[in-house]
Amino acid sequence: MSDETFHTPVEKARSPLAEAWEMFRQNHLAMVGLGLLILIVLGAIFGPILYPTDPYEMVWAPFSPPGAEGFLLGTDYLGRDILAQLLNGARVTLIIGLAAAFVTVVIGITIGAMAGFYGGAVEEFLMRFTEFFQVLPTLLFSMVIVSLFGASLPMITFAIGVVSWTAVARITRAEFLRIREMDYVMASRASGAPGLKLMFTVILPNSLPPIIVQSALMVGSAILFEAGLSFLGLTDPNVVSWGQIIGSNRQYILEAGYTVTIPGLAIFITVLAISLVGDGLNDALNPKLRKR
Amino acid sequence: MEPLLKVENLRIELKTRAGVAPVIDDLSFELGHGESISFVGESGCGKSMTALAIMGLLPEGIGRVASGRILFDGEDLTVVSDRRLRDIRGNEISMIFQEPMTSLNPVYTVGEQIAEVLRAHQNLGQKAAWAMATELLDAVRIPNPGRRINDYPFQMSGGQRQRVMIAIALACKPKILIADEPTTALDVTVQAQIFDLLRDLRRQTGTSIIMITHDMGAVAEMAERMIVMYAGRKAEEGPVADIIAHARHPYTRGLISCVPHIVANLTDAREELTEIPGIVPGLGEFGQDRCLFSARCPQVTDKCRKARPETAIFGGRQASACWHAEEV
Amino acid sequence: MNLLRITTIRLFYAVILLMAVLLLNFTMMHLAPGDVADTIAQSMGGADEEVLAQIRTDYGLDQPFLVQLARYMGGVLSFDLGYSYYHNAPVTDLILQRLPATLLLVFTAQIFALLLGVVLGVISARKPNGILSHFVTFFALFGYSAPVFWTGILLLIAFSLKIQWFPVSGMRDVTISGGFWVHAVDVARHMVLPTLTLSSIFLALYSRLSRATMMETLGSDYVRTAKAKGLTQRQVVYKHALKNALSPVITLAGLQFSAVVSGAVLVETVFAWPGLGTLAFESILVRDTPTILGILFFSALMVIVGNLLTDFVLRLVDPRLRARA
Repeated sequence: MSDETFHTPVEKARSPLAEAWEMFRQNHLAMVGLGLLILIVLGAIFGPILYPTDPYEMVWAPFSPPGAEGFLLGTDYLGRDILAQLLNGARVTLIIGLAAAFVTVVIGITIGAMAGFYGGAVEEFLMRFTEFFQVLPTLLFSMVIVSLFGASLPMITFAIGVVSWTAVARITRAEFLRIREMDYVMASRASGAPGLKLMFTVILPNSLPPIIVQSALMVGSAILFEAGLSFLGLTDPNVVSWGQIIGSNRQYILEAGYTVTIPGLAIFITVLAISLVGDGLNDALNPKLRKR
Repeated sequence: MEPLLKVENLRIELKTRAGVAPVIDDLSFELGHGESISFVGESGCGKSMTALAIMGLLPEGIGRVASGRILFDGEDLTVVSDRRLRDIRGNEISMIFQEPMTSLNPVYTVGEQIAEVLRAHQNLGQKAAWAMATELLDAVRIPNPGRRINDYPFQMSGGQRQRVMIAIALACKPKILIADEPTTALDVTVQAQIFDLLRDLRRQTGTSIIMITHDMGAVAEMAERMIVMYAGRKAEEGPVADIIAHARHPYTRGLISCVPHIVANLTDAREELTEIPGIVPGLGEFGQDRCLFSARCPQVTDKCRKARPETAIFGGRQASACWHAEEV
Repeated sequence: MNLLRITTIRLFYAVILLMAVLLLNFTMMHLAPGDVADTIAQSMGGADEEVLAQIRTDYGLDQPFLVQLARYMGGVLSFDLGYSYYHNAPVTDLILQRLPATLLLVFTAQIFALLLGVVLGVISARKPNGILSHFVTFFALFGYSAPVFWTGILLLIAFSLKIQWFPVSGMRDVTISGGFWVHAVDVARHMVLPTLTLSSIFLALYSRLSRATMMETLGSDYVRTAKAKGLTQRQVVYKHALKNALSPVITLAGLQFSAVVSGAVLVETVFAWPGLGTLAFESILVRDTPTILGILFFSALMVIVGNLLTDFVLRLVDPRLRARA
């Protein structure tokens, strides 16, 4: 039974964006995620200014538990302030997460769009190319890149981006294939719109919703990725990040479990917040999936 | 003799976001041994819900029998145990559905899907069940049944799949076969073949048939009696010939005048082909105390908008739920 | 019928993919800053001229690029992935020595995640508003969001340090002596935490997807048909709905093989599991390039084999795939 026969009050015409926001706002979990995310970003921007303790300096006896001597989250194996490390690490974590996700999305959209738009041999080649990248275990591949080409921030960003774009490419291609066959695209095509213009002005905007959702999730997975690399100690040892705090303290989990649990919790909460927002975006941007 | 199936004052409620709505409201009817009746009406009038209620297959957690009885051979199906219902389903009462393309399981062979029901109800072993399944495929006129029995549904056409569904439904020689729009999804030529098949099988087995359709042509071909449903209520009931000769409900008239070929003789004067304006009301209006057809009725009066019509009986066998049945 | 043909095409394609991995390896080695010989010998902390000269002749570095590439690929075809100057052993030997441990971990974790994920998915699909269903949703979020090495460390703290149920690290206890079963039990005990950790990510993924596909198949027309046949609840759910719900889950599992291998690197590091992951970790720390590239090649091989297996299982489950050429 459809419910369109129920009387619905006539709604004021609203922009799709406003409507999506309305949908998003009704999703409590997504709003919690968004709130957490805003807090984390604010913490990363203002935290180190408001709490200027040097994260690289020994400030107190190693392994002081949280709360002791005014150090809210305690100190690590070198007596460094964990709260300070966490706040400074947030910057690196977020910057790499965003930048790597950006690289991922740019590569993914380009390859997926070309495959979906041109079809034929181009598509065949690009999809084989994508499959090739799917065969390489992402983390190992980026470990190899970092070890061969150095562990600078840009290189780490590149190493993460270049190995994880395949999902975005596949989704973009699928969307392009779907939308290419739609009546309105056929109509523009029939009226002689040039190929590239068609691709950017008609197909891409219409295929954006799932790509946006995937991109949001990519930020989360890039953060996890960076955490993994820095946990292994493959990132710049002079730049503190959350994964690195865990990696450098992990031999001492018996003495000071908190040095590992706290930064892990930070990663977990950040990625969780991003996935909640991603789920919310998914519901808000995909009218077909709106609660039936 | 007691009728084979007797439905009394059946009320089925469906949970919707806007509240509980009666998709079937005070429905009573009987089905005799070997009889064939038809449920007619537009989509959304509760025909399929009636069928699902008889099968005990109302959508779980959404639909339920709120009151009334469904007596099958004297046994009330609304109160029997799940176990007993399972024994009846596919065995004594079986059903074929509207969508042959999706009603068969894509990952099992048709042979397995027929044999399965025989194993479940007839205590047949694997070998005997398959032998029987081959015979059934032959009975529903699928050529080369010995080979086709190993086919998967995707290797068959829509018509063939519906034949397989019929084979499954008739495997245990049920007393009642419910056919829910069995030909709607099929080509016209295939439709005729399926009707032929159903008629022949009915002659051979004596199975009673409840056919649900919105196609008056199919009714005329298949059924002796018909029940016209509108918005969850019975609008009219009676022998097919009587109703076609003189419908006593404006809705039935509307349905009949939608069909061009019911007039027997082409040279006879024909009523103008018309359509019924408007659509079936939404579920939210189903329970209201008025004639639910009033909004679309050409003969509507104030009375229709204020009170639910009482049933008027004509000649002892035709009944119409219309305030103005006399005048129709 | 044409199974042989399909298999041949698949295998041919797999070989092409592996060649591409080799090409990538080789290109990266040449693109890396510094002399290739230096890159290869880095692990010795600045090799002397004699060794560098040795490397140059081994790899034919004085030859044109294409000849070098051909030699490299030819070498791999004869199972020669180069020489690890750090371990002082052929890379192939090093890898083959570590491979079984990784295979054991990866496949156990994958199968465990798949089985438990499907079971959880089925149970929660049957009661979409039940406690377990909410638990699956919550757990899926956790599995997706928690860094796997952190999960590992938490389990380690909880179940081998605080409550000493499982060994802290490694794959076997060297002090144990006994027959095959004694050792098998010992390895199994060592495996519990690493397997759980590695499974946690994928368990979440699989249970979420099986829940969704099960809910879809449970609402399908053929399940209605199965119910109308008077089959038992069990037959309806497990015979009719589940078999149809499995294909997407298996497909997803196939796509995850590369992620499982990646996850294994981190998990092995946390639990000092003597597999390819720890070897990769050690090799990268000492910049033992031939070993690292060899591992990349072997893990790609593992993923390809995993994909082929997935394909095979999918064909068993779905007759429509069998029919398609």
